[in-house]
Amino acid sequence: MSTVLFEAPGPRTRARHRLYSIFGFVLVGGLALFVLWKMYAEGQFEYDLWEPFVTPAYVEAILLQGLWQTLQMAFLSIIFAVIFGLIFGIAKISDRPYVRWPAWLVVEFFRAVPLLLLMVFIFFSYGVGDGFGSYWSVVIALTLYNGSVLAEVFRAGLNAVPSGQGEAAYAVGMTKSQVIWIVQLPQAVKIMLPAIISQMVVALKDTSLGYYILAPGLTAIGKQVYTQFSNQFQTVIVIALLYIIANLILTFVATWVQKRFVGEKTISVPMVGEASADAGRGV
Amino acid sequence: MDNVFSNFDLVLRAFWVTIQLLLLSGIASLLLGTMLGAMRVGPIWILAKAASFYVSTIRNTPLLIVFIFVFIAAPQLGWFVGTPFVIKGVVALTLYTSAFVCEAVRSGVNSVSVGQAEAARAIGLTFEESMRNIVLPQAFRAVVPPLASVLIALAKNTSVAAAFGLMEATGRMRFFTNNNADARVEIFILFAVGYIIIVELMSAGAMGLERRWRIAR
Repeated sequence: MSTVLFEAPGPRTRARHRLYSIFGFVLVGGLALFVLWKMYAEGQFEYDLWEPFVTPAYVEAILLQGLWQTLQMAFLSIIFAVIFGLIFGIAKISDRPYVRWPAWLVVEFFRAVPLLLLMVFIFFSYGVGDGFGSYWSVVIALTLYNGSVLAEVFRAGLNAVPSGQGEAAYAVGMTKSQVIWIVQLPQAVKIMLPAIISQMVVALKDTSLGYYILAPGLTAIGKQVYTQFSNQFQTVIVIALLYIIANLILTFVATWVQKRFVGEKTISVPMVGEASADAGRGV
Repeated sequence: MDNVFSNFDLVLRAFWVTIQLLLLSGIASLLLGTMLGAMRVGPIWILAKAASFYVSTIRNTPLLIVFIFVFIAAPQLGWFVGTPFVIKGVVALTLYTSAFVCEAVRSGVNSVSVGQAEAARAIGLTFEESMRNIVLPQAFRAVVPPLASVLIALAKNTSVAAAFGLMEATGRMRFFTNNNADARVEIFILFAVGYIIIVELMSAGAMGLERRWRIAR
């Protein structure tokens, strides 16, 4: 598309574009230089401030207590969220209204409520003191939110299976649950995999919200590091890089899975909350 | 619970802060995001690369890290020292959301069929003219649903400001649950309903716009 918007430029346009490019380069380069100069002027390149990130003990703490705990929380919550999503996604297409409506209500509620509000409520009501602590509060909140998004993904995935498949299964005398479990779900999983993996990116990013309820993880370690060394700027850069690398790996896997198993087909999930591989992904 | 209802003005004021954050950062990130989107589809290589670097960096960074950057790290460089908290919150939310707006705009532009752009070029419109008269009016229609989900996510994301001392709805809920331990569930439901009203209004508005602007393809 973007190549059609402008044709192969002639000499004058090329000269003009060259001018724009130089201007753009000066702008972008100038911005980068300004930030670097500012960091230099404020003494942010002092070795002391970067020291914890090359000291083995701190690196170990950041990777083991920080990154590892963060990945654990994200992984656990996605596993639970898949189970939650499967149950509620199937309940939402149930023939029985007394199953369908409560499932719809639960899914809509947890998709519309901010995750942090949910996390704060769970932690201060059930997690604090003798409760299950901040770690599990994060996992439970993430499970409820991502599970509700995945419930929609499962529903959309089941709907994306060609209707002839279900009809043929009914024609040979299968019951509805047989049709779903034996015929539709195995085919739907393939279509849903990329959406599930991109939801893992969302879960991984959202583990950082545990910061507010003093949960372990990368942000908690980061806070410890910068309160000790008062190197806020450097810590944010390092923590952000760790998140970015982890997420880029997940995104790469999602793209690969999409290419390998699914092809062009994507599923779209309507409004409120976001899933699927479209532009609303992972906000 | 009585304590909450007798202090109901605090609840309303908290949601007013939430709505302020939503409106200000919504408008700002629509502007910045559209600019980034234009840079990404435009002919200038360096700007396209810069925009795409920004988008992929921000999309893979948690919002909370962006908030820490604006509230805690930037003052180390002498930026945002003494800036009002609401403005800092708006800056953080805008930096984050505009990356997603950029993606929504880009996918909207890409959804306009190539024939339209080819026809515009064939009758001799320049890049700017074909964008303004042909591509963007159609892209706007296609962009409503993804943009709506970005803005709805923004409405929910304003809650992160609570972790940085802003007394918006989530921060206020924490305050109330700390003081009224016997009515935590009710308080949670009350604040959740507030958010749900905001989200559902936005989603209904988006659906209305989509229906109104729908064109035969």
